[in-house]
Amino acid sequence: MTTSYETREHDVLIIGAGGAGLRAAIEALAQGASVGVVCKSLLGKAHTVMAEGGIAAAMCNVDTADGWKPHFKDTMFGGKYLNNWRMAQIHAQEAPDRVNELEQWGALFDRTEKGAILQRAFGGHTYKRLCHVGDRTGLEMIRTLQDRGVQLGFDVYMECTITRLLTDAGRVTGAFGYWRENGRLIVFKAKSIVIATGGIGKAWPVTSNSWEYTGDGMTLAYEAGAELMDMEFVQFHPTGMVWPPGVQGLLVTEAVRGEGGILRNKNGERFMEKYDPKRMELSTRDVVARSIYTEVKEGRGTEHGGAYLDISHKPAEYVKKKLPSMYHQFKELADVDITKGPMEVGPTCHYVMGGIRVEAETAQSTVPGLFAAGEAAAGLHGSNRLGGNSLSDLLVFGRRAGLAAAQHAKTVPNSNVSEAQIAEAERELLAPFSNPSTESPYAVHRDLQAVMQSLVGIFRTEEDLKKAFAELEQLKSRAAKASVEGSRLFNPGWHLARDLKSMLTVSEAVALSALARTESRGAHSRIDYPKYDPVWAKKHNIIVNEGGKMTRRESPVDEMPPDLKEFVMAE
Amino acid sequence: MPDATLRISRGEGPTGGETVDYKVPIAPGMVVLDALHYIQGHQAPDLAVRWNCKAAKCGSCSAEVNGRPRLTCKTRVDSLPMDEPIVVMPMKSFPRIKDLVTDVSWNYAVNKKIPPFQPKPGVEWKISQLDVDRVQEFRKCIECFLCQNVCHVLREHDAKPSFAGPRFFVRVAGLEMHPLDSANRAPLLKNEMGLGLCNITKCCTEVCPEDIHITDNAIIPLKERVVDQFYDPITMLFRKVFGG
Repeated sequence: MTTSYETREHDVLIIGAGGAGLRAAIEALAQGASVGVVCKSLLGKAHTVMAEGGIAAAMCNVDTADGWKPHFKDTMFGGKYLNNWRMAQIHAQEAPDRVNELEQWGALFDRTEKGAILQRAFGGHTYKRLCHVGDRTGLEMIRTLQDRGVQLGFDVYMECTITRLLTDAGRVTGAFGYWRENGRLIVFKAKSIVIATGGIGKAWPVTSNSWEYTGDGMTLAYEAGAELMDMEFVQFHPTGMVWPPGVQGLLVTEAVRGEGGILRNKNGERFMEKYDPKRMELSTRDVVARSIYTEVKEGRGTEHGGAYLDISHKPAEYVKKKLPSMYHQFKELADVDITKGPMEVGPTCHYVMGGIRVEAETAQSTVPGLFAAGEAAAGLHGSNRLGGNSLSDLLVFGRRAGLAAAQHAKTVPNSNVSEAQIAEAERELLAPFSNPSTESPYAVHRDLQAVMQSLVGIFRTEEDLKKAFAELEQLKSRAAKASVEGSRLFNPGWHLARDLKSMLTVSEAVALSALARTESRGAHSRIDYPKYDPVWAKKHNIIVNEGGKMTRRESPVDEMPPDLKEFVMAE
Repeated sequence: MPDATLRISRGEGPTGGETVDYKVPIAPGMVVLDALHYIQGHQAPDLAVRWNCKAAKCGSCSAEVNGRPRLTCKTRVDSLPMDEPIVVMPMKSFPRIKDLVTDVSWNYAVNKKIPPFQPKPGVEWKISQLDVDRVQEFRKCIECFLCQNVCHVLREHDAKPSFAGPRFFVRVAGLEMHPLDSANRAPLLKNEMGLGLCNITKCCTEVCPEDIHITDNAIIPLKERVVDQFYDPITMLFRKVFGG
């Protein structure tokens, strides 16, 4: 029997208020839809706010030889050709328009001498391509989108967590959740739902991600019957802080290397010469992360187990102007002045290339009426994402998801939500209050993070992954028994108990996919299978929910049309 | 290293509450938010704390540490005296929901009233870096609301319906000084946002974690704009004679 809940109705419900969710909301509003945006935090605090380096878009303001084709080629190369080629094409073609649009809504990027948007170099990008504002591009983007959405009039449900999608005859009809502030229940009726909940980094202890990144959206979609794809590809950003312990994993923007930063080991050797002499520090993230990891593992790491990243050869004023957050972050949190000496950096869990499988043009998942955009969706980045391609991804596919969701909403009747599903969702949500055990959700979370870091990290083996499975099984049963103290009023222990379920689901999907892919490609490195495998070059791992059991399938990679293939493969 | 004692305000709802002491083992470089997380993970799982990025970029973890409004993610424990408890209280100017979490929804309601960026029609989109730099100072704001919390017009006089607070003067300054904007927000500043109530004590500037010169660079120039439009003696005389 359900207790009381409030009910809200929208044509389009958007879960997540980062760049993708807000851009989707703006587009759906422009189509005349009634739009609700639900977010776990306050508006404007989503993870997009932490994006630093810039938005990749071939504006050709600095390097006139650039264009959508070189951007497309770099993206495909960076993803080791596992990308959905059509998404990569759309992304490269539409990104410049999406950036210009931001400025028309009030954003302000750094300028060239001629007054156009300035672009900087970044790893894996052949040309200077990243539109930026110092090293706080994400804040500029989220504030602009937030203000635009408020102006157009969306309804925002802040500090509200969705725990289940409601379905009817195979299509989505709504969502169930609770207000974090007071623990009261809420049901949304919606004709279309867009998942824009970002990634999964909080399953690892050393991560650049905020607490929100627990894989909620992927889990919601998976439970509603949608397919997940490419989940083995988890990006470890090469440069996170390694010292002091409290800030371990905190991101050090790639813009440091984009602006000329140099990596050295403890012997002063510029080690990227060994691993990628052509691109050096601006190699792709998978390569740089593995290089730092290898240097440390082979005994050439710094005092706190990282590498040195040095930008102090540039004028101090230039560093403070182009990398202001990094300057303050190191000065205040690590007592290091980056204009005078090197930073210590090491790999940190940063991004997942995998996610909800979507159709390229519309961002629709394999469940009718359910759309996904941004980090929660899979396809664009293949096996490894280039820096700067995420912010542009949010804009390009956020817009497409909002557009398609609004159009879909016009074609379906009003939604009916199932009382039985609501009752089951409520039972599950409130269970931790009546669980008799003393299992702490915080303890389960710590142990999950330890498992993922040591067994499903940068380098993987069959033995480790099998061990991880056994551990995950135990953690799942512990999480199901976790109990919480206190009331339903803003209770973080309770919130975590729910987030744990999502983290465990996506962790299992990562481990299952990683075990199956017996090759190394992009961000997925198998010590026991260190080479590319031409058979796996043509396959995606797909994860589906089959009657409550997580099941893996394989699906062929879409072939590029011959003209694009010829262009991409040309030296 | 020795333990630190954190004396944390706990309670539900806008009134009441008590302080509770917790002992936390200190690690090198630890910030107050780390200590709060330690308490959640080991002693008080229902301790309510709002936070997101833990990197001073989102402005969620605002509180009053030893009486000073701060981001707890940026406040090093080793910067505080260790021979006495570290006192952590919620922001005083907003009603408490629970423990260190306050209801800041009023800020979002104020924000809605501000007319958005309105580009001049048909303008060529060329902007100099100098103009970008001027406006970017205001766009750095991470909406931690520490300036709102410390401003005495809000804190002591609770003038919320008639005064928008420093955060929103910063937002308006960013719009008004955008080189391509064409809207006029001076009447709003004077009539609805209560700009005149600010008597430039600069408390907001002092607590801003982004080092925005709120008073000097945002509020005073906006006051000048309002004066130019409404209190210029020649214009006033003109109005008096010809009406309008």
